[in-house]
Amino acid sequence: MSPIPFLDLHHIRKDFGSFTALQDINLAIHKGEFVCFLGPSGCGKTTLLRIIAGLEVQTSGQLLQANRDISLLPPASRDYGIVFQSYALFPNLSVADNVAYGLVNRRTSRAEITSRVAELLKLVGLPGSDAKFPGQLSGGQQQRIALARALATSPGLLLLDEPLSALDALERIRLRQEIRTLQQKLGVTTIMVTHDQEEALSVADRIVVMNHGVIEQVGTPMEIYREPASPFVADFVGKVNIVAARVVAGALLFGSMQLPCDGPDREVRVYLRPEDVLARPIAAGDAHVFEAIIEKIEFLGSYCHVHVASPALDDNKLIVYLSLNFLSEQSLHLGSSITLKLLPERIKVF
Amino acid sequence: MSVVLARPVMTHPVKLKQHWVDRLAHALIALIALVLVAFLASPLLAILLQALQGHEGQFVWFDNFVDYAKTPALLGSLWNSLWVSCVVTGVAVPLAFTFAYALTRSCMPLKALFRGITLIPLLAPSLLSAISLIYWFGNQGLLKGWLQSLGFEQIYGAPGIVLAECLAVFPHTLMILVTGLSMSDARLYEAADAMGTSTLRKFFTITLPGAKYGLISAALVTFTLVMTDFGIPKVIGGNFNVLATDVFKLVIGQQDFAKGAVVAILLLTPAVLTFGVDHFVNRRQTAMLTARAIPYVPKPSPLYDRCMMLYCCIIAGLMLAMLGMALFASFATFWPYNLTPSWRHYQMGLLDAEVGSAFMNSLTMAAGTALFGTVLVFVGAYLLEKTKGAEKLHTLVRLLAVLPMAVPGLVLGLGYIFFFNAPANPLNFLYHSLTLLTLCTIVHFYTTGHLTAVTALKALDGEFEAVSASLKVPFFKTFWRVTLPVCAPALIDMARYFFINAMTTISAVVFLYSPETKVASIAILNLDEAGEMGAAAAMAVLIALSSTVATLLFMGLAWWTNRSTQAWRG
Repeated sequence: MSPIPFLDLHHIRKDFGSFTALQDINLAIHKGEFVCFLGPSGCGKTTLLRIIAGLEVQTSGQLLQANRDISLLPPASRDYGIVFQSYALFPNLSVADNVAYGLVNRRTSRAEITSRVAELLKLVGLPGSDAKFPGQLSGGQQQRIALARALATSPGLLLLDEPLSALDALERIRLRQEIRTLQQKLGVTTIMVTHDQEEALSVADRIVVMNHGVIEQVGTPMEIYREPASPFVADFVGKVNIVAARVVAGALLFGSMQLPCDGPDREVRVYLRPEDVLARPIAAGDAHVFEAIIEKIEFLGSYCHVHVASPALDDNKLIVYLSLNFLSEQSLHLGSSITLKLLPERIKVF
Repeated sequence: MSVVLARPVMTHPVKLKQHWVDRLAHALIALIALVLVAFLASPLLAILLQALQGHEGQFVWFDNFVDYAKTPALLGSLWNSLWVSCVVTGVAVPLAFTFAYALTRSCMPLKALFRGITLIPLLAPSLLSAISLIYWFGNQGLLKGWLQSLGFEQIYGAPGIVLAECLAVFPHTLMILVTGLSMSDARLYEAADAMGTSTLRKFFTITLPGAKYGLISAALVTFTLVMTDFGIPKVIGGNFNVLATDVFKLVIGQQDFAKGAVVAILLLTPAVLTFGVDHFVNRRQTAMLTARAIPYVPKPSPLYDRCMMLYCCIIAGLMLAMLGMALFASFATFWPYNLTPSWRHYQMGLLDAEVGSAFMNSLTMAAGTALFGTVLVFVGAYLLEKTKGAEKLHTLVRLLAVLPMAVPGLVLGLGYIFFFNAPANPLNFLYHSLTLLTLCTIVHFYTTGHLTAVTALKALDGEFEAVSASLKVPFFKTFWRVTLPVCAPALIDMARYFFINAMTTISAVVFLYSPETKVASIAILNLDEAGEMGAAAAMAVLIALSSTVATLLFMGLAWWTNRSTQAWRG
């Protein structure tokens, strides 16, 4: 990564009347990075993307792209390609005309345009669909064309505004991997807005988790998942068990369990991911082992969400992931008793 | 030691630099705002000023209104206008509701035909129904005896106005009620059936409440149309004075501009009220129906369907009788003594009375209105919907675009006299010109065109302009390559609407023509005044005929564009 960021946002703020959509956003994105803005609806992620595109105007703050101050530039003077959730393909133009839309204006020769269009269509996996109209394509195909159109002019920045939300589940998974492969091949700096954490975790180099107009955390998918910086991130990304506990004299007490913990004495919450509660392997004499009763089994196919309660946890309920095979091997069912083990190094305390 | 007070930090709203393309968009919308201010807002203000001014131009507060109230004859007209409008509303709305009910809630055959027949009154000036009624029930009418046996002395006056207005407003009332009744949710009826609800109870608990807003809207529109119509009371009103004919007499006959302006404001009041209520009601109506509603599909019921069809036959028969009589009378050599068909009235009207040139004027004006009206309205709507910046101009244009709906043609025409006839006005040279007639007609029918355009534009993806900007393609190129072709059907609709209305309008242009720029609808009025009823009927038939031909041509055009530009709809 180059030391000077490709896109640099300084103190971006956006007010809609008395409502503050974004407050003091600072973010640096490097050349060739794939960054996801992740957050619940209304967190300001789309507003931030639209400010980068010049489609909304920031209330205050500065934007630098490739060392150029773009804060006051109209959209047409900025350098980006954009793909919307609604595709926004021109319905009366053929696929080829759609892809060539930005090329025609640049006095490119007809032959060059034709070959560029063919190249782009091949790139997005739809060669030979030139003559079709957008209405004759499936949602996923339309989104691929929109992507080709956005990339046609070789922009320095690719903006994707929830590009997969309108597609069905299978198509969504396939296309997000295609977008990722394409992005790596072209090396184009990309920002994708999404509310789907799985999507963000699976494609991004870095994720920007946002909530209520502020950035909660910026990090790689692994950092975001394993080292959430705030309770919001821990709760929003992935599934988590939240248990009330206390810190007394350098020890975290919850239920009958004791773990070392820094800091003054206080009331805390323990954040524990379901996969960090193990049912095996458990050797005799292991620490942090407790007995629990199965209260509910949510069948999800190859594995199950198992709700357990334990006196060792002060009757706090936990959800753990157990494989279907394990459940049947051990002939576990409602009311069965089960031995579980905590991984103390994975526990987050806030 | 001095204390330096920290100055409060002033935050200036951040503004993006303007691309030359944005400046072009702002210049265009400023131009449209200018047109609407000059040809809509200013004439209306001129009326207001006129109403508050004395004869020497001094400001007299409400003296003119007081004078008006002290003139018993004029107060009588106000009363006449009010009660006639109420009676027509009371008769036409239930009749149209039943017709709309038959169209939407029964399985009778030939629905499209019935619907088409009820549109006949739209093809000719409203006074066609008045002329026709005179042939049926007038002094030498075919069925004068029927009328007298019902206890009416003569058709001239209130009875004629009520009857003719009922026929003339029927298509307008029907259109609103059909829309109101089409918005139904079949699930409500299924739920009611599951609970064993009687048909009557379903009607009063589901159908009527569902159509409530449509009914309110229809009643208000009917009332306003009748209140502000000029042609019918002029032709069949006899000595029965109403506000609309008063305005004409006061301004053209007596040159009493102040009183004329007062009457104009009286006419404006119900129209503005209607507009306000309608706006409110429309918002409610759309909110009421969720996107997931399943449209009601009527089930066949032989007896009920036959009753409904009989009813529709009667109404359609009346419409046809109206047109048929005008057609027949226009060919009758000398009514009622010699009914052998001849071209005499057509000859007389077109050649001797020089309606031929008036007819050409009408066609020119209608073509101009259709062409320039469609361009102006569509470009205006596009800039409003799809470009950003210049918020104040946008708000102004948005407001002025819906205002014409609330302004009766008569009032608009009067405003044009006051504004454009003023010697100090640099636009004075337009007065009496066909250009001004065309502009007046465009403004008069602006709102319906605007709403059609907005609906079509809203159906387009809102991000086209954003995508274009990111691809560095200026908005006008996207407008030309995408927006226009996609909206072609709506454009043709708008052009047809402008054309037909320009052919048939009387109320606004009646104040603005000169002998050289007289249009056909006015020529009919003049023929009627001169006692040439046959020629008047002939000319009205000609207008209806040209409207029909125009409609067919526009339909052909729509078919052709559909084939060449809408292939992608597949």
